[in-house]
Amino acid sequence: MYTIKSYVFPESLEEADELLRRDCRSSAILGGCCWLKMGHRRIRWAIDLTRLGLDQIEVKDGWLELGASVTLHQLETHPDVTSRFDGILGESVSHIVGVPFRNCATVGGSVFSRFGFSDLTCALLALDATVVLYRGGEVPLAQFMATPISFDDILLKVRIRDDGRRAAYQSARRSSTDFPTMAVAVSCLDGRWTVSVGARPARAVRSEQAARCLNDGLGAAAAGQAAAEELTYGTDLRAGADYRRKLAAVLVRRAAEQCMEENKG
Amino acid sequence: MKVKITVNGMLYNKHIPNDMMLLEFLRKYGYVSVKRGCDTSNCGLCTVWVEGKPVLSCSYPAARADGKNVTTLEGVKNEAASFGRYMTEQGAEQCGYCSPGFIMAVLAMRRELTNPTEEEISNYLAGNLCRCSGYAGQTRALRAWLHDKPWEKEGQA
Amino acid sequence: MNLKFVNQAIPKLDGAALTGGKGVYTEDMVPRDCLVVQVLRSPHAFARIKSIRKDAASRVPGIACILTWEDVPQIRYTLAGQSYPEPSPYDRYILERTVRYVGDPVAIVAGRDKDCVAKAMRMIQVKYDLLEPVLDFEQALDNPTVIHAEEDYFHHFDIGGDPKRNLVSSGCDACGDVEAAMAACDVVVEGTYYTKANAQAMMETFRTYTYMDHNRRLNVVSSTQVPFHCRRTIAHALGLPKSMVRVVKPRIGGGFGAKQTLVSELFPALVTLRTGKPAKIVYTRKESFQASNSRHQMRVHVKVGAMKDGTIKAVDMHALSNAGAYGEHASTTIGLVGHKSIPLYARQADFRFSWEVVYTNTMAAGAFRGYGATQGCFAMESAINELAEKLNMDPAQLRLMNLPHVGEKMPAYYDEPLTSCSLPQCIARGMKMIGWKEKYPCVRVDDHRVRGLGMAVTMQGSGISAIDTASVTIKLNDDGYYTLMIGATDMGTGCDTILAQMAAEILNCPMERITVDGVDTDHSPFDTGSYASSTTYVTGTAVVKACTELSEKIAAEGARRLNIHPERAEFDGDKVYDRTHPETSITLNQLAQALVVGEGTQWLTATASHCSPTSPPPFMAGFAEVEVDLETGESKVVDYVGVVDCGTVVNKNLARVQAEGGIAQGIGMALLEDINYDPKGQMVNSTFMTYKIPCRTDLPEIRVDFEESYEPNGPFGAKSIGEVVINTPSPAIAHAIYNATGVRVRSLPITAEKILMGRDV
Repeated sequence: MYTIKSYVFPESLEEADELLRRDCRSSAILGGCCWLKMGHRRIRWAIDLTRLGLDQIEVKDGWLELGASVTLHQLETHPDVTSRFDGILGESVSHIVGVPFRNCATVGGSVFSRFGFSDLTCALLALDATVVLYRGGEVPLAQFMATPISFDDILLKVRIRDDGRRAAYQSARRSSTDFPTMAVAVSCLDGRWTVSVGARPARAVRSEQAARCLNDGLGAAAAGQAAAEELTYGTDLRAGADYRRKLAAVLVRRAAEQCMEENKG
Repeated sequence: MKVKITVNGMLYNKHIPNDMMLLEFLRKYGYVSVKRGCDTSNCGLCTVWVEGKPVLSCSYPAARADGKNVTTLEGVKNEAASFGRYMTEQGAEQCGYCSPGFIMAVLAMRRELTNPTEEEISNYLAGNLCRCSGYAGQTRALRAWLHDKPWEKEGQA
Repeated sequence: MNLKFVNQAIPKLDGAALTGGKGVYTEDMVPRDCLVVQVLRSPHAFARIKSIRKDAASRVPGIACILTWEDVPQIRYTLAGQSYPEPSPYDRYILERTVRYVGDPVAIVAGRDKDCVAKAMRMIQVKYDLLEPVLDFEQALDNPTVIHAEEDYFHHFDIGGDPKRNLVSSGCDACGDVEAAMAACDVVVEGTYYTKANAQAMMETFRTYTYMDHNRRLNVVSSTQVPFHCRRTIAHALGLPKSMVRVVKPRIGGGFGAKQTLVSELFPALVTLRTGKPAKIVYTRKESFQASNSRHQMRVHVKVGAMKDGTIKAVDMHALSNAGAYGEHASTTIGLVGHKSIPLYARQADFRFSWEVVYTNTMAAGAFRGYGATQGCFAMESAINELAEKLNMDPAQLRLMNLPHVGEKMPAYYDEPLTSCSLPQCIARGMKMIGWKEKYPCVRVDDHRVRGLGMAVTMQGSGISAIDTASVTIKLNDDGYYTLMIGATDMGTGCDTILAQMAAEILNCPMERITVDGVDTDHSPFDTGSYASSTTYVTGTAVVKACTELSEKIAAEGARRLNIHPERAEFDGDKVYDRTHPETSITLNQLAQALVVGEGTQWLTATASHCSPTSPPPFMAGFAEVEVDLETGESKVVDYVGVVDCGTVVNKNLARVQAEGGIAQGIGMALLEDINYDPKGQMVNSTFMTYKIPCRTDLPEIRVDFEESYEPNGPFGAKSIGEVVINTPSPAIAHAIYNATGVRVRSLPITAEKILMGRDV
């Protein structure tokens, strides 16, 4: 269990930022706490953003915006999310433990932590999402994912261009509510593809080679093979690297096929 | 810190440790239906409602519940007992340790989903583990309960 | 037989309290001023403690005591909840200078609240001399590392052990000349099977609280399956007279065998003894995984020989079992590996069953539903399925040809006679339910998915022959209602209810007129406890005996009051009347009132004990339909059918849920549940995040049916149900996966990775 010396509900982002900057190492922005509470961090300032209205899902100026405090269950139920991108955002989180868990865990917590096992970041990556940071401004998620975690900024929201692209999500797990052994998301807009592979078990990354195969019309199987060859895979308690590589080829192929079907229909 | 938490309609104006979880708060004030089954947010035994939504009280900071309405099984006693009878009718409660959390998830599901399919029901409740029953008895109980809709007759919200 | 209560679906007596979230479990009852107890545990797999510095930690405000190896009685004991003299070695101290696995206790810390205890735990400084651990159970025998070198190692009788060789127990049981018989066979199959140290994973972790009462007696309230064994072991390990210990069992949040071993009891007990204060310990889930007990990890080698026509002529089995760091249940679980699997096929066969159980520096194993029979069933039934394929026979047919016959002795089952068996009917019914004829061996779903079918059969026992003992007292109270007092422990299984059903049947009264007590060693009659599938069969028979006796006493008392000859008195449940003049009668209520007031009072009770010379086996046939994704290796059980012969089904609902739950645990064992250690001996899968038990979306809607036989030695013809139901999933699912993919996986769990990579090699 973590320990908390002071628990604060800042009344503004400025105040949250000021608290955080007093000492980034011993301060913590609280997400859903499902993960954080398991660690042994001794937190000086626990900063709770739940009173800052960041739990909103909005569609504006051609973007879908997900506030940092939006829960994973909101992604499954909010019509503005479920009606877009073939519902992959909701689907990607639907396997995670259960509804009471997903009513706690948040978009901000999941994305900021950049967990390797994250279903959500894998899906968002395929949708070319961006993250909006209080200090750092708006940065592409791909870039954010490649950056090591530092606790000196606040994630405010995740943005996705509301461009009507088609998408598909595929994953494999030992138990149906477990972390993924492998997660794959693809999207396609006007013949341009994006392929993202997560739970390798390292953080989700995009497979440019797989996307190129699809852009060039080489087919889903070729894309799967390309993703298996291009990216690195590792071993953890859920599966070995060789198995994951095979799985990547299959899941990328299936996701691409699924997305092609959707494009037809 | 000082919090004002309303549990089952009763206001608690209390001083709590900053890192206390809602589960500990509730048990401390006698809501013993709330059980802990794991340390990793995996089992669903501690399910309660915050503002009507089912959450894991083991992972929900008590401080965050400040100013909010919390509901435990004790707060929906009649409806829980009504569903509980469908459970015991099947012998599905077995050791009973997971029952309160499961029932809180079931009653929340009833409010959230309209005419759910069996698959939607399983998915909604997947996070509530039971080691005794193999779930089939729970499924039979749910089926009969959703068929009979006793809450309509009993006039429960 | 015309039964009113037995053989009915009656809700559990405690059902409303449990589903109503009442505070009926151990932790709900803890006194307010209880000390919080936690255990500092070894981070090393094998080490000797050089020094422990606890001065600073002791000064943390609120700390009541910190106990280390120097502070505990130097008395060896076993934690196994077995009848005395236990067949498990006495190889433990409460705290010892040598630590033998990651999680072995090093210090007991008690204080006012969890915060001060946590602080003190961090401040205790322990220095260790590290020793070379043995983690691989296949390397343990005669390893240079000797895990139990202590001089006061003790066992009551020879179990074939030699601690200098890391050998807890060994033995061999044979009939005929197995090698000659094997050589004469037309077809022989042979394989080596591996099963894991599965966690029982009951939802309520281990917990106990203790206090001293007004008579300076140590009271222990604990979530245990074995209150009477608890009392004996606590008294022994603490060096107290047994009269000074009382154990109370409230409602239990599941056990599955885990709580047939003492786990949490001694720590608060010692604290209470030293401080005089109440003390409690509640295990975290991680502690429950890492520092309690599990199923015995095993390697089972099996060789089966048959003639061309399918007659099995030879069975040769060798099992190696991992006891872990301590020997609880080691010598007994291993026996069931062969004794509950070979008898199904030894009717016309010579057989040999040999075994070794070894110590390693991993967590001690203990009892888990199935108790060795589960591991043996996986190996034996898998071999039978392979044999059927080699013989080109239907695996059901092969079994039907070889099963034991009622009326005959079973040489591989301690020579006990088979007195009831409807396994052939179970097989036939199960084949029909699963659609064997239409679907066996497999059906293709689409280009990458295939559904395979598989099967297995199994048997267990009903109590331990000539050892398990139950006593029951039934009292007639002043309002004409009864108190049924039992020492068997309901752990969610519903035994309080089914035993009350039996009492109601004999006493011919509504269930409401019978109350059942929880277990309290001061008040409850002696019972060895609820394990080894004994409660329905052994305690049930004691209930029948006691209630029959009380019924006779009521009739006799009634006759006295009515001034008629006792032989003319008839008790019908509500009144005693004169058989020849039915209008001459006295109601039970009148009689009961009269018996406790005034002249000629005679408070009526009856007590009976029972111990069965035999352990009649229940049987089950299990059928799995498993869909495998040939491209990813993922498998999902889409249908599971279990047909059970548990004799007369005492409670139709509770027996069904027992079976469904056991099958679900078996499916978990087959596909998901994995325990692994890292190279330093740290358990890797020690949370529900990493050790996956099945959730509802992992399982099909398990289908159970019964083919009742009538067991002449059982109460109302009943046998046991609790354990037999967990055995078949592993072999049946492995068989189904083979039929879908052609990949034989002989090590559990059968993961997607094994299936896919096996296919590729």
